[in-house]
Amino acid sequence: MAYLEIKDFYKSFGEVEVLKGINLDIKKGEVVTIIGSSGSGKTTLLRCINFLETPDVGEMILDGENLFSSSADKKDGEKELRDKRLNFGLVFQSFNLFPQYNVLDNITLAPTLLIKEQAETYKKELKEKVELNRAEIKKAVAEFIQNKKEEIAKAGKELLEMVDLVEKEKAYPCELSGGQSQRVAIARALALKPKILCFDEPTSALDPELTGEVLKVIKSLKKKDRTMIIVTHEMGFAKNVSDKVVFMADGVVEEMGKPKEIFENPQSEKLKVFLSSITNKDGE
Amino acid sequence: MGEFLQVTSQLLEGFSTSVMLFILTLIIALPLGLIISFCTISKFAPLRIFFKVIVWILRGTPLMLQIFVIFYLPGLLNLFVWPTMDTGWAWFDRTITTRFIAALVAFSINYAAYFSEIYRGGIESISKGQFEAGQVLGMTKTQIFFKVVLLQVIKRIIPPMSNEIITLIKDTALANFISVLDILYWAKDFMLDGLIWPLFYAGAFYLVFVGLLTIIFNRVEKKLSYFRV
Ligand SMILES: Nc1ncnc2c1ncn2[C@@H]1O[C@H](COP(=O)(O)OP(=O)(O)OP(=O)(O)O)[C@@H](O)[C@H]1O
Ligand SMILES: [Mg+2]
Repeated sequence: MAYLEIKDFYKSFGEVEVLKGINLDIKKGEVVTIIGSSGSGKTTLLRCINFLETPDVGEMILDGENLFSSSADKKDGEKELRDKRLNFGLVFQSFNLFPQYNVLDNITLAPTLLIKEQAETYKKELKEKVELNRAEIKKAVAEFIQNKKEEIAKAGKELLEMVDLVEKEKAYPCELSGGQSQRVAIARALALKPKILCFDEPTSALDPELTGEVLKVIKSLKKKDRTMIIVTHEMGFAKNVSDKVVFMADGVVEEMGKPKEIFENPQSEKLKVFLSSITNKDGE
Repeated sequence: MGEFLQVTSQLLEGFSTSVMLFILTLIIALPLGLIISFCTISKFAPLRIFFKVIVWILRGTPLMLQIFVIFYLPGLLNLFVWPTMDTGWAWFDRTITTRFIAALVAFSINYAAYFSEIYRGGIESISKGQFEAGQVLGMTKTQIFFKVVLLQVIKRIIPPMSNEIITLIKDTALANFISVLDILYWAKDFMLDGLIWPLFYAGAFYLVFVGLLTIIFNRVEKKLSYFRV
């Protein structure tokens, strides 16, 4: 059973048709890497999945719930869009850390901002369910907020441990290397407990000697059965970490399969050309 | 010595009017400029174009002309005459006149236009990635603006803002063309009595004030130097 189903995504920017009918199924706990030459629409696909772009046509179903359908009569409001986005995490090529917050605050900012809404919901529930007077409700809500804050702080520290940056807790983004920045960005995305974590060329902006530490973190996530979609130009990594490799060309999924099949026994002409161009570039 | 003290107290009184005009203009123009900047980057074309034209006019014509227009035009068109003020507050009575208010309106509108351009430049200079990072983290537009973008914008715009604000204290002198009793008004008054040195003395007031502003802006800049945008 597919966990995430992408059906027939089409997306144009003006005259340029970028996605021309993308179909993709992803199972729970699966790691899918997307490869393909520049301009084939990989970033656009990730942006559509994360609701940063709206596909012109298509449907997306996550865990049985229809998240997006171009044929729906009503467009999502801001609140709905936000809720839907929270199903996914996105790690950008250029990190996009918040420069004025230290490492820990970068990780905890978004979950902290969610508390207020959660507290409102909790308050409503309380009012409906139990007979409490005003003061008791107020106290319960205050407790709820305090607990949440503690939870978030604790989770933030655990995430820092996971990405091996405990000693950088109080550092600001400008004091970090590219590899460290990207690890913070991964922790930040994980802090919201997304069901699916997406990466858009997470190592492309890094010096070669720093890619290893980021890839190591991603591999450790695979061990924890995280569902991930990774756009990458690191073929060795794709071979190594993927359950499934998707090759995109000119806005369609040209070929898809186990890493072994894709890299050792490519079928389509385009994939063969792509793979040989990559190996040539690496000077192998 | 008696003359020096008399000049000093008169100039001080005039300068307090200049500084009042300066402070009140900032209080009005800083937020107003932000609102105008939102309008000039709005996706709604009529709003955007309207405010772009307004900003163009305000930045493209002399401030002195704007002061004259705001002070005289309502009367000439028989719309209204700037009301006489009697606040009953002793201190205000001497410093705030209807002329002062007309000048304040002109300065606030004019400077809001300049500030709006600075804000706009600042907001547009923040990388799209910052907005998108906020979005994928489930933040609302308001949260993204206030929690993520604003401080970065402030850091970016401090140098142009400080230039503009330093220009403002000097521009307040234009108000004495509609007889606001600012420091230059009194300096000129002494000059007509044959005293030249109060003019230079008045200049020293501005210099000291600008020096203080420069120190403040340097402090703020330093305070925000812990991060890079
Ligand atoms: N907002 C946009 N407006 C107009 N054209 C766009 C926009 N975003 C992407 N495109 C175009 O869509 C095409 C696909 O872009 P996309 O970024 O998805 O490719 P990609 O596969 O991620 O490439 P790369 O490997 O270089 O990152 C490109 O031709 C690009 O110019
Ligand atoms: Mg891309």
